[in-house]
Amino acid sequence: MRPALLTLLAFTAASALAAQVAVRGDTVYTMAGPPIHDGVVVMRDGKIESVGPAAQVKIPAGCRVVQAKVVTPGLIDAHTAVGLTGYLNQPQDQEQLEKSAPIQPELRAIDSYDPDEPLIAYVRSFGVTTMHTGHAPGALISGQTMIVKTRGKTADQAAIVPAAMVAATLGEESLGEQNKSPGTRAKQISMLRDEFIKAKEYLAKQEKPAADNKDAGNKGKPARDLRLEAVGRILKGEMPLLVTAERDRDIVSAIRLGKEFNLRIVLDGAADAPFILDRIKESGYPVILHPTMKRAFGPAENLSFETASKLQTAGIPYALQTSFEGYVPKTRVLVWEAAWAAANGLTFEQALASITINAARLLGIEKRVGSLEAAKDGDLALYDGDPFEYTSHCTGVFIDGQQVSDAVR
Amino acid sequence: MKRLALVWLCGALAFAQPKPVALTGAHIIPIAGAEIDRGTLVIQNGKIIAVGPANAVAIPRDTTRIDASGKVIMPGLVDSHSHIAAGGGADSSAPLQPDVRILDSINVRDSRIKKARAGGLTTVNIMPGSGHLLSGQTLYVKLRAAETIDDMLIKLPDGRIAGGMKMANGTNSRRQPPFPGTRAKSAALVREMYVKAQDYQKKVADAAGDPSKMPPRDLVMEGLVEVLEGKRVVHHHTHRHDDIMTVLRLAREFHINVVLHHASDAWMVADEIAAAKVPVSLILIDSPGGKEEAKDLRLETAAILEKAGVKFGFHTDDPIIDSRLLIREAGLAVRAGLSRPTALRALTLSNAEILGLEDRIGSLEPGKDADFIVLSGDPLSNYSHVLETWVEGAKLFDRSKPEDRLYAVGGPGASRDQEDISGEIAEEAF
Repeated sequence: MRPALLTLLAFTAASALAAQVAVRGDTVYTMAGPPIHDGVVVMRDGKIESVGPAAQVKIPAGCRVVQAKVVTPGLIDAHTAVGLTGYLNQPQDQEQLEKSAPIQPELRAIDSYDPDEPLIAYVRSFGVTTMHTGHAPGALISGQTMIVKTRGKTADQAAIVPAAMVAATLGEESLGEQNKSPGTRAKQISMLRDEFIKAKEYLAKQEKPAADNKDAGNKGKPARDLRLEAVGRILKGEMPLLVTAERDRDIVSAIRLGKEFNLRIVLDGAADAPFILDRIKESGYPVILHPTMKRAFGPAENLSFETASKLQTAGIPYALQTSFEGYVPKTRVLVWEAAWAAANGLTFEQALASITINAARLLGIEKRVGSLEAAKDGDLALYDGDPFEYTSHCTGVFIDGQQVSDAVR
Repeated sequence: MKRLALVWLCGALAFAQPKPVALTGAHIIPIAGAEIDRGTLVIQNGKIIAVGPANAVAIPRDTTRIDASGKVIMPGLVDSHSHIAAGGGADSSAPLQPDVRILDSINVRDSRIKKARAGGLTTVNIMPGSGHLLSGQTLYVKLRAAETIDDMLIKLPDGRIAGGMKMANGTNSRRQPPFPGTRAKSAALVREMYVKAQDYQKKVADAAGDPSKMPPRDLVMEGLVEVLEGKRVVHHHTHRHDDIMTVLRLAREFHINVVLHHASDAWMVADEIAAAKVPVSLILIDSPGGKEEAKDLRLETAAILEKAGVKFGFHTDDPIIDSRLLIREAGLAVRAGLSRPTALRALTLSNAEILGLEDRIGSLEPGKDADFIVLSGDPLSNYSHVLETWVEGAKLFDRSKPEDRLYAVGGPGASRDQEDISGEIAEEAF
């Protein structure tokens, strides 16, 4: 039997014996108040039962207790392609981008996610318990993203939000190949506006009574169109449009589009954000900022290590991400991207918030994850020192009250 | 008259004795020898003249003193594998091009040179890519202030320009003919090349200096003879354990001085590498994979090589890792079990040894070049910044100056460069 499987069985057995587990940390960052010194987090049946100083929180008799120097909420990667992009980087494990047409919002991440992809266990061992993952940047509209926990035998078990956002990309990264549209930025926006207008008409026809509806089929509704249905969900505000745009003019185009059609926009990448902080702030749209250590080439040539701190100062809601990598490293390690932001202008707790509670709020999952509070999911990351120091390790990870990693990373 | 004045002026500069400079109060990590808690470093004329504890270093009377209390000083970092400055080597005409020199292609105004200084780098091995079995001659540069590439060269005692030879095996160098399609063909082409070069070398030796008996000049063969004579080290891109063994096998057959680069699987054959006494220029990537050959790479490799007794240095392979993040590899390696002294040595002296420049650079010792960095804190801490980078006694990066800081943190204008025409660097550097 493979050692990994044995370990898994051991965890399962342990959790069956003790549905209750407590984690005691020298410092517990709950992200719902000041850090607690000598704090305890008690979990039962997958949820957090109580959190507080060891002097106040009673650890039930017989409860398994795990010790750590530092405890944080399980980390949340606000945008990645892990689970769709495989670590081998060979055609058979690359599911993150379909290039057959520029606009395909009907594609769903849940139909592409490989729960056995080794990178999932890899990022989990560094504390990531929740990922917003999906089709990578590269098409004008590339598909629907999903939010997963980094556990589960199937995509359905992993998913906590099976369809989260529709991903779009503006600028040079999503131009068509070989004289195919979109060939310019102006064409990109024209195609998107046209798509939203068509979807509006589609929604209007669906709402009309069958008697007045020429296009209606025998069930009284127009024929289902998966593509327009997905765009319609954005128009109805059920899903945000996630717009990857690094250059300032593309960010501004996304804002203009969002205001024209009254969309919920989430800006992604946004390397040029420091040029237009006021415009972004005024839009009310949040930003999932590029990885702090992203390479400064192409549309991201202007990026700075200090952009997160500028968003922070401007009061723009933001989260950090690992994004998509086409080569090496096949994925970035979320805690190190936050660490580098903490070394370049953010405070420790601001950087930690960008990969926990603020990421949860941005993704709309803050009722379940992102902070250590009673009734939230038992998702924790444990460390033997400052999580942002290269020389300290992640020593344990819990998801839904179960220990899913005890590797020392 | 004008000409005479010029000559006189040059002479005056060359023989001037600038005042020594002493940096005092810093925590000094000399690499050669133990760390010094409150130390003094004295430099003059581009060289180190003294280094040691404050009470053991006599500071000459006319010295300019700089208070570096609370800061950390260590040698300038050495990167044994980089692609900064938009250089390119071989073109697509043939898989083996030992005649091509990256020297002839470097843009000294490339922003990545400034970023490298901001990251504390002072000496860099600039290499052509890995899309060829042999992609050309590499160049070791000092990151001096430069108008032209000539200002950055390192001259060897015999007058040659310091540099190595770049080779590769595995998948990057496999393409349509005349490039090889398999690993065995790759090795056969390389062996065939060395056999021809041995033949040329013999003809030159047989001529015994008689010009009438010399074979016609052949740039390809001249480059290879330097390799056969051990004057030019082969920097060999290789990932998989079997490819590493092929490099060692061929190096043994032709008596080649070789350095294994990247060496993703080195942890699997660490004892074999140690037995061959071959050093490794290692890169630590944040996650495994990205290409099939790198699926088993791990952060623990550095610690495993240390335990096996293999000498290794870290590299950036910039743009694979930004030069400003070279220092971070030492921290990641310590996280994965490497000792602190070996980690810091792998950023400096071990790389100097890999480039054969250990007599001049890589540690803070009297007589060595005054290449050093001033850090705000411990080099293994994520929170530390490089504050100053000095190359041969000249402070060429100062984080407190806005124009230098731009290259340390990025922002508008920090990355606007000429296109790299080699076309393969970004795709196949690793």
